[in-house]
Amino acid sequence: MTNFGYTIWIPLLPFLMFLLLGLAGNKLKAKLSGLLGTAGLAVITILSYFTAYKYFFGGENAEEGFQKIQAFNTVWLNLTDKLHIDLGILLDPISVMMLVVITTVSLMVHIYSLGYMKGEKGFERFFAFLSLFSFSMLGLVVATNIFQMYIFWELVGVSSFLLIGFYYTKPSAVRASKKAFIVTRFADLGFLIGILILSFNTKTFDFITLTDPSGPAFSQSTSAAFMGLSVMTWSMIFIFMGGVGKSAMFPFHVWLPDAMEGPTPVSALIHAATMVVAGVYLVARMFPIFSLTAPVALHVVAYVGAFSSLFAAIIACTQTDIKRVLAYSTMSQIGYMMLALGVSGYGGHEGLGYMASMFHLFTHAMFKALLFLGAGAIIHAVHSNDMTDMGGLRKYLPITHMTFLIACLTIAGIPPLSGFFSKDEILAAALHSNKLLFAVEYLVAGLTAFYMFRLYFSIFWGKDTHYHHTPHEAPFTMTIPLMILAVGSIVTGFIPFNELVTSDGKPFESELELMVAIPSVLVALFGIGFAYLLYFKTNGLPDKVAGFFKYGYKWAYNKFYIDEVYIFVTKQVIFRYISTPIAWFDRHVVDATMNLIASTTQNVSFRIRDFQSGQIQKYAFVFITGAVMLAILFIYFLN
Amino acid sequence: MDILSLFVVIPVLTITAILFLKDMKQVRVVSAIGMGVQLVLAAVLIYMYLTARHSGNTDEMLFVKDYIWYKSLNIHYAIGVDGISVAMIGLTSIVVIAGIFASWEVEYLRREFFISLILLATGVFGFFISIDLFTMFLFYELAVIPMYLLIGIWGTGPKEYSAMKLTLMLMGGSALLLLGLLGIYFNSAPGGGQLTFNILEISKITIPIAAQRIFFPLTFVGFGVLGALFPFHTWSPDGHASAPTAVSMLHAGVLMKLGGYGAFRVAIFLMPEAAKELSWIFIILTATSVVYGAFGAIVQKDLKYINAYSSVSHCGLVLFAILMMNKTAMNGAVLQMISHGLMTALFFALIGMIYGRTHTRLISEMGGLMKVIPFLSVCYVIAGLASLGLPGLSGFVAEMTIFVGAFQHPEPFYRGVTILAVSSIVITAVYILRVVAILLLGPTTNDHFTHLPDAKWYEKISVVTLIGAVAAIGLAPLWLSNMIGISLQPIVTKILAITPF
Amino acid sequence: MSAGIPVQYFLILATVMFFAGVYGFLTRRNLITILMSVELILNSVNINFLAFNRYLYPHKMEGMFFSIFVIAVAACEAAVAIAIIINIYRRFTTINVEDVNEMKF
Repeated sequence: MTNFGYTIWIPLLPFLMFLLLGLAGNKLKAKLSGLLGTAGLAVITILSYFTAYKYFFGGENAEEGFQKIQAFNTVWLNLTDKLHIDLGILLDPISVMMLVVITTVSLMVHIYSLGYMKGEKGFERFFAFLSLFSFSMLGLVVATNIFQMYIFWELVGVSSFLLIGFYYTKPSAVRASKKAFIVTRFADLGFLIGILILSFNTKTFDFITLTDPSGPAFSQSTSAAFMGLSVMTWSMIFIFMGGVGKSAMFPFHVWLPDAMEGPTPVSALIHAATMVVAGVYLVARMFPIFSLTAPVALHVVAYVGAFSSLFAAIIACTQTDIKRVLAYSTMSQIGYMMLALGVSGYGGHEGLGYMASMFHLFTHAMFKALLFLGAGAIIHAVHSNDMTDMGGLRKYLPITHMTFLIACLTIAGIPPLSGFFSKDEILAAALHSNKLLFAVEYLVAGLTAFYMFRLYFSIFWGKDTHYHHTPHEAPFTMTIPLMILAVGSIVTGFIPFNELVTSDGKPFESELELMVAIPSVLVALFGIGFAYLLYFKTNGLPDKVAGFFKYGYKWAYNKFYIDEVYIFVTKQVIFRYISTPIAWFDRHVVDATMNLIASTTQNVSFRIRDFQSGQIQKYAFVFITGAVMLAILFIYFLN
Repeated sequence: MDILSLFVVIPVLTITAILFLKDMKQVRVVSAIGMGVQLVLAAVLIYMYLTARHSGNTDEMLFVKDYIWYKSLNIHYAIGVDGISVAMIGLTSIVVIAGIFASWEVEYLRREFFISLILLATGVFGFFISIDLFTMFLFYELAVIPMYLLIGIWGTGPKEYSAMKLTLMLMGGSALLLLGLLGIYFNSAPGGGQLTFNILEISKITIPIAAQRIFFPLTFVGFGVLGALFPFHTWSPDGHASAPTAVSMLHAGVLMKLGGYGAFRVAIFLMPEAAKELSWIFIILTATSVVYGAFGAIVQKDLKYINAYSSVSHCGLVLFAILMMNKTAMNGAVLQMISHGLMTALFFALIGMIYGRTHTRLISEMGGLMKVIPFLSVCYVIAGLASLGLPGLSGFVAEMTIFVGAFQHPEPFYRGVTILAVSSIVITAVYILRVVAILLLGPTTNDHFTHLPDAKWYEKISVVTLIGAVAAIGLAPLWLSNMIGISLQPIVTKILAITPF
Repeated sequence: MSAGIPVQYFLILATVMFFAGVYGFLTRRNLITILMSVELILNSVNINFLAFNRYLYPHKMEGMFFSIFVIAVAACEAAVAIAIIINIYRRFTTINVEDVNEMKF
């Protein structure tokens, strides 16, 4: 096998950059630290592309499909005799694909941030955190074992926390970062429990061993059952819980919209293109186990994905903050990917859903990063997040306008842009497996087209808003990434994923299914048309439509009150009904018992201390009485 | 002079030197030098230990020395170390030096303060090197007593009350412990012959099970009081809240570890049969500690109280893991002792420094300190992240080793309790982030706090030493984990002999 | 010299003095009278020593010497006690034992 040892530098370089910028950042010039971070990332982007080329087109994998290559592995911590946590690099189709996605988007965001964050306080801190994030995310995707994945899983969580709370003097940002961390941490608890159950039964963390169909994971599939489901099913459901949290699926999605408090490049990188798809990646990584030993868990994946995509799409239609609309759209698209995995089988054409999911992950990363960066350029120009403050911006921001339009068309699934191809594969996979889910996804496709163009028309067309100062196009550091990503959104659809990234590593035949594609384009066009009617020119129609749905609209506008449920659980249940009583109990029962013992002792001693009054005469009296009595005793009785 | 005795001799020499100093300013310098030498010595010891092990020395204890000092009861000054004690000695010397630098500015009765502090350290070092139960107990008491003076004289708030409570509860624990130790002593020769206090010798025989049933709980609870075992933990919040900075650091960082180490070295090692039999009771108690401490910390208002409850939770995890009685969990317990020692010392150091500037410890009165004192705030965030188990810092390594180890227990009951204990990681995140958000982030609320000075050089030394250690263990845990693991082997073998897993 | 007086007479006198002293020691609250009571006890013992010496071992002198020792020690004791009493009086302006309880918890 070709030597891939150099890939160790792909995660290591950002880490060194993080240490450099984190420790010495305040001594460097702000601009220099930004350039250093970007240069470091550029190097690993080149390395990643080189790796991808070598891996996919090295010509050695033609016959038996793409193999998993362990490029590097070292023991980090020994646990039991069999279990040990390793750090290493595992190259297989999905990890190589993810390397390309992450480094591309991350590089774009780095370049973009040079312009976007210019003059901000903490510029070098921002780049240090970005490097930390890149390190963690790259470490996550190349993980050779599930515990390494968990390690980096936590690290991406904390870099997300740090970046959401980048404006740490802003209370809303602080709240959002805290919320993101705690919600995902709760989901990670499930992940950890899943790992514990899995490793207890299989005695290994290693992905290659775990996903080997003749390995221990599969011999366990029929063993001990608990509450009607096998142990493997339980562990997979728990592990999936981690993915639900990180990928902001229902019901752990609440952190994602709030996470938009972070700087916009961060939203593009972490909360759209890379970190939030970690859940999808996790399921894909464990896919053979899901598919072959825990089909029930896979159904859970499918239904959670489908429900989340519909749920988020409905909410997205009512929101007015552009970043929040995009956040819900992200959630909806990730729901698509989860659904595709959930309906997929293992191997050959059965694995269509798997391939479609990865394909969509890839294209989604491009166009969603583009949408967010475009949104950043708009916010940069208008100084507002709210789309009701905008309108007619196409004159002021021509480049942003064009790239944003491309992105909107892509996400809506208009051929021949990349979104069309990947979404079509997902729909086809759903059609072959579950008609109900297929119907839901059709509906979501229409909704997606509608809310994206609602956003587009309200921002770039619609009423001619009067601005305090004329909006101007962003500097070229910001527009160049936009253009690159726009090109990416257009061309990535032509990558033959069915030959490269498949569930078992072997290529299979896949064709465009016109029976699926034509209706889906029509649904998308219908959504766009509806948005055109409502939002192209200012009119009273949107309010009328909202009035027609009345309660439905209100519920959706308030995000179905899920946040309120969370606040109730944390503020009321945990704080008021668990913690406060425990704290009270500790002070007034446990501690009071100790104090009671002490005060009882003290009381008793007060009672008996009169025996020792300190008056010699009393003592002498007792003494003499005793002496006399002893004398009498000896003289008269003991003779 | 053997290297181990130096650990007791150097602090005593330092104390003597301090006694004869004229200039008060020199007191702290001399203390720092003395403890610095101690730190170097600890590094040398670790090196010597690893070299000896590397060259194939498989003795249970290394550098063993034995002098009899009370013949009629067969009490020896017997010393020796294995990987666990070496690790604990390393921890102690780091925390002590950090504590010395953290109390650089103590004005009131400076000489006496440093003497008490170093006396406490002497006791701790002596405890870790002893392998004779009586000598061990002697050093244990030596470490506990100066605590009363340190809190009662240099403390804040209701210091006499807290000091009294702490000392009395610990003394109560000692009383149980002494009973337990004597019980072991009188059962140390079941077949007749010389009674002994020597741990190595006792470990070779089996104490009669009837005696174990009585003396295991006594010993375990006796050490457990110091290890903040629920419900004997209530000295901890009051004691920590009233103690001066360095004392909190030493107490939570090192002294509480005496409890865990003792419970492990004496209670479990010498009486594994009873431990096996009774572990379910203590597993419930310790799991309660873990969750209860974490929930208790959520609603506290005083920084030190939060940390004290968090210590209850983390130290509960130590005892919890020890009771799982397998190699991985025990390894995790030792790692957790070290990790918690370092990071809680770091926490208390930072809290002390923040208190020294703001003159309040109530989180509601502070806010937005990140902008004012960035160095201390960033360090506080790092300590917080270590505490909530972020990979790359020591807490993660320890907790994961414990969880994986505990989950290997063959009985489902224990695995279920483990899942309960695992859930504490979420609660920990809640209270840590709550404090960080209120205390450090957001706008600066109080106008008095806008011009606070950031850390001075000695404070930086103190904090950076601890963070360095926390990060070093977190990034490269393998050597430490292996060093502990090898030393656990005899204990595990002994346990396996009675309960084949 | 004392041939005609039986030893019982001395002993009765000593007993009366001894119990008078004990009674005074137990009941008096004035430090001076307590001291006086103690002297009374000591002197009653002296009388016993002398009486037994004279009647039981007329050719030996131990009893005499012992009494002289006791008298000497009593003198010293009285001096120290009175010095303490004077200091107590200066400190508390009283020599009533019940009022001197500063050191008591």
